[in-house]
Amino acid sequence: MSSIEERVKKIVVEQLGVKEEDVTNAAGFVDDLGADSLDTVELVMALEEEFETEIPDEQAEKITTVQQAIDYINEHMKD
Amino acid sequence: MSDSKRVALVTGASRGIGAAIARRLAEQGLQVVGTATSASGAERITETLKQWGGRGIAMDVTDADSVATGLQAIQEQEGPIEVLVNNAGITRDNLFMRMKDAEWDAVLDTNLSAAVRLTQRLLKGMMKLRRGRIILVGSVVGSTGNAGQTNYAAAKAGLAGFARSLAREVGSRSITVNTVAPGFIDTDMTRELGDDTKQALLGQIPLGRLGAPEEIAAAVGFLASEEAGYITGETLHVNGGMFMH
Repeated sequence: MSSIEERVKKIVVEQLGVKEEDVTNAAGFVDDLGADSLDTVELVMALEEEFETEIPDEQAEKITTVQQAIDYINEHMKD
Repeated sequence: MSDSKRVALVTGASRGIGAAIARRLAEQGLQVVGTATSASGAERITETLKQWGGRGIAMDVTDADSVATGLQAIQEQEGPIEVLVNNAGITRDNLFMRMKDAEWDAVLDTNLSAAVRLTQRLLKGMMKLRRGRIILVGSVVGSTGNAGQTNYAAAKAGLAGFARSLAREVGSRSITVNTVAPGFIDTDMTRELGDDTKQALLGQIPLGRLGAPEEIAAAVGFLASEEAGYITGETLHVNGGMFMH
């Protein structure tokens, strides 16, 4: 079982079509990884699916970096 | 193209323009599901479409629960919907001075809001597929205006504006959003018009006749096809020349 961090990064690579080495914890989706607003919506959708959770819009808006996504999932995973 | 058939959903498909559209898309090789408000309407759709493997379902497009249940069933049986034709529409004509809130609300709810909500529910699936066709059935009245139809014209013009904006949002995912705007078509809706009104109308139509539902269906069929992939945000007028721009 891969760690949450690995799974989040894998999704970011797939969704944004970026290189693995560019997906650092500090990387911002828009500023560093070239995502547009629709990409970020899709990214949140993909995270919801992978982790079988629902991320409310007001929370989703605050997830702008890889680390923030990891933190959110860590805080909200059931197990 | 994959082997599996592209799935299309047509609302208001039990009669008139919607029935012709459902049939046309089925003939084009799509897996078609048509909606009707009543169970008997749904049966009628199934009767028409079954030779192509399509079917009808009862769905009230203005009711969120009914929509959710219907879409769930389609998702399970037919798979992800790639083509959505928002056709369901009603009229509640009245002079604006006399128009009741209920008449305004009913037309805006069914003709505009229901189409918008259905589109939103299906967009996620199309984003994942990285392709999709959203077609809204508008009206020439949305462009020309028509006395007695402030509600209907507002709703239909609203659809075209919605389509143009959404087309800009989802173009990067190869999803197209277009409006087909029928003129006066020979259906139950226009049969209710008086003879004088009809004669006056015909005088404004260069082709000198009402349109046939199949002629609208052909335009929708084209926009739904793979070949129409570079057309988006467009309003295709099919009206015998009564409105040109």
